[in-house]
Parts: sequence; structure tokens; C-alpha cells
Amino acid sequence: MPALGADMEVGTILEWLVKPGDAVKRGDIVAVVDTEKATVEVEVFESGIVQQIFVPLGEKVPIGTVLALIRTDGEIAAPPAAKPEPVAALPKIAPVSTTPRPAAPTTVQRAPRPAMPPTVPGRLRISPLAMRRAVELKVDLSIVKGTGPHGAISRADVEKASKAPKAAPPPAPSPVEKAPEPAAAPAVEVPSAVRERKPAVASEERRAAMRKVIAAAMARSKREIPHYYLGTRIDMSRAMAWLQAQNLKRPVTERLLYSVLLVKATALAAREIPEMNGFWVDGAFKPADAVHVGVAISLRQGGLIAPAIHDIDRKRPDEIMVNLRDLVKRVRAGMLRSSEIADATITVTSLGEEGVETVFGIIYPPQVALVGFGKITEEVWAADGMIGAKPTVVATLAADHRASDGHRGGLFLAAIQRLLQEPEKL
Amino acid sequence: MTDDEIKTMVLRELKNIAPEFESEIDPALDLREQIDLDSMDMLNLVIAIHEATGVDIPEADYPQMSSLNGCVSYLRSRMK
Repeated sequence: MPALGADMEVGTILEWLVKPGDAVKRGDIVAVVDTEKATVEVEVFESGIVQQIFVPLGEKVPIGTVLALIRTDGEIAAPPAAKPEPVAALPKIAPVSTTPRPAAPTTVQRAPRPAMPPTVPGRLRISPLAMRRAVELKVDLSIVKGTGPHGAISRADVEKASKAPKAAPPPAPSPVEKAPEPAAAPAVEVPSAVRERKPAVASEERRAAMRKVIAAAMARSKREIPHYYLGTRIDMSRAMAWLQAQNLKRPVTERLLYSVLLVKATALAAREIPEMNGFWVDGAFKPADAVHVGVAISLRQGGLIAPAIHDIDRKRPDEIMVNLRDLVKRVRAGMLRSSEIADATITVTSLGEEGVETVFGIIYPPQVALVGFGKITEEVWAADGMIGAKPTVVATLAADHRASDGHRGGLFLAAIQRLLQEPEKL
Repeated sequence: MTDDEIKTMVLRELKNIAPEFESEIDPALDLREQIDLDSMDMLNLVIAIHEATGVDIPEADYPQMSSLNGCVSYLRSRMK
């Protein structure tokens, strides 16, 4: 179970998209996990063949738990389920992402259960739709008889079982991989609407859970990170004029928002001043190779998520805009990818929409910098001995003093300012 | 489209963009303030309206669409 952000402690498997024997390649989405904050598509970090799946659908496990075993391309094909292997001898373990993850407490690794007979697949044969219905209807899957191919449980089976009088569970163990708890479905709260791409209307419970994880991450940030703060007002007249001219030429579907320019300028500045881009891990700063900018997106029903847009420094504004639109849509629907949640190397928060001028940010650990942008306001501006009115924005930096000093932070903000004066080059 | 049809269409698209907003929308009041729409939501609304009606709404006209009543009268004039 990957740690999807500094604030995650447990995750629930909502869906397996692979089964033993499937070939996967790096970046494939192999499972869907529910965290306190969102429903996340988990991407695999290694290419290979899925050998075995250890955590069944509906089960809630702590981060660090081994979810599945993947034989990487170079490894010799062990016959699946030949003999139980000790944990230490496991080949490379599937999930997660490249980011250093100091936040994740090392948790107990669940030893693989003794292998199952090869004829029994290591997963419940059930469609995702049926799984959702089972969770909704609180049906114990261990007593549902599947009528689909190879005994697969269909939605109709689940619905039928939900109407049947509650019989005592059969004494014989289900042919399915055993979870420690009896078939986990009833216990789990799943935002089923999310998977159907319906809007996620947060329940009180979910809201409270999200509040709790934000509280934990922010308290940790304030406890551990010696923040320093810098701010500067930036002339946005060139950027806004360029944007207006662009948008006039573009069909409505291709229009840009100014936040794209702010995010891009931040990414390029982060490349110039690498002390702002990376992680504070084990008492030292580890710069990141790529610039993945986390974009803080607030949820109307309360709460906040800052998923990453990858490699922003190398993307054109058009591409960033497409990514941003897609991201906002999926945040609102509660469906994100693991790499988006875990990979951000620096975060941008833009509170201009709410009308504030200046943002004093809190760094999202283990990152070392957060850039804030306020509202674009027209100000009296003196330049070259002339006084005029210009659209401006206040950019602020909250940075980790362990990783950088104010001088470098100042250069970083100066770089953002300079880059925004040549919007056509962004 | 009649005014009522326009209104129904705009409300439907708003519902897609802000599904968690459940109260009545006051047609005379500012949509962004009522529903807490940001500029991305506003852009998505304009795109959705464009897809439903074929009207390409220039950025300069966004202020005319600040309320539900504004949307209706603006779109009516553009669809003539």
C-alpha cells in the first residue's frame, strides 16, 4: 500500500485491475485505492508479470503493506504459488512511486499467505460494478454464489443475495483468498458514486476524515519545518495582455487561465534554484530531478488536495492547461492517480479567486517550498520614471530554512518575476 | 431555444460543475458568489454552454453571464 501523500495512514482496495499472470508495465494503473482524501488509481512502478495478489478487495490495510507480487522482467519465472517464500526473499514488490517517502512510517509488511492451489485465482471473481453494489447493499461476498463465467459474481448475484434472508454463513471457507476479517465488504465505506464518475458528494464522515489528515500534515509541517517567508509584487501587464490576445484567437475549449502562466513560471524558477525543488528526508535535502508542481485545489464541500502536474518545466502552456482542467475535474470527482498525489516536488497555491492579496503558506512535507499567489489587482505602478496603473500579483514563498536561505529564496522569487515578463517564452 | 430551455440547460451544466450545491439558485444574484465557482469552473461552464448551444462566448462577455438571468438574456441575444 503506497503512501499517497504525507498524511495517509491506511488505504482500502476498491478494485484490482490486474490478476495473476497479467503483464504490467511501469505506469499502468493496477488498482484503485480509497484513502481518507480521495479515490486513487495506483500506478505500478515496475514492469513485469503479476505473480500474486495479497490484499483482497474491500480490505483496509496500513501503508507499507505488500499488496501484490510482481516478477520483474529480468527475474526467473518461478512457477506461481510453488511454495511459500519468506518475505526477505521476495522479488521486487510492486507498487508505489519514485518519490522518497520519509513520511511513511515503516509499517509491518504482511507476509504472503501460503500460496493457493494454482487452479484458484488469488482474487475474488467479481466485476467492479458488482463489488460496488455489494458494498452499497452490505452483502457478505463470502456467501454470494457466482453465476458468471468461472463462478464470477455478477451484479445480479449480489442483488439477489441482498434480498435473500440472511442465512448463517456456510461453515465451509469460501474459495476466495481469506481476509483476516470475514469478507470485508460490509465494513468498508466506499464512495461508490465516484467510480461511476458521478460527483462525489462528501459525507460528513469523509469530510471529518479529510480534516483529520490535513490537520496531521499541517501540524507536522509547523512542528518540524522552520519556515521563512518572502514576498514580492509582480507586474502582470505583459502576461495578462499576452493571455488576452491568445484567448481572443482561441476557441473556447482551448482558452488559457492565467494560473497556467504562474505555475509554469514557478516550475522554471524551481529549475534555476534547485534548493526549492525536492524533499527534506532523513536530515538532509534531496533535490528532485524533475519539477512536478503540486497545485492546491480546494473542494467546495471543504478540504484541499494538491495533486501534481508532472514535468511542468518541459510543458507548453496549452499542455499544462489540458492537464489542469483534467486534474480539477478529477479532484472534484474524487478520482486521482497515485503519482499525482505522491510526486509533487513543490506546491503552488493560488488564492486570488477568493480575493486575498497575499498568501502565507504552510509547506507540505516533505517538500521544502510553497509558492502562493494572490488576487490580480490593478495598482499604481512607477517604472522608468513614469507612473501608471498595472495589473499586479503578490507572489510569496514559504520555504524550509533547513534546505535554503533567504538569499536563494529571494533569487527564486526574482526568477518568477523575470519569467512572467516574457509570457510568450513560457 | 426558449428562455426556459436556456435556463434549464444552464442549470443542468451548473449542476455538473458544482454537484454539491443543493440550494436554490437565485437567478438575479452572482453565480460565482452563490456557488463558489472559480475561474476554472466558469471556463468549464462556458465550454459546456458552447457545446450545448454552439455559441462561442468571448472572454470579454463573461461579465454579462454573472447571474442566471444574465446568462439567459445574453444567450438569447446571441442565438438570434
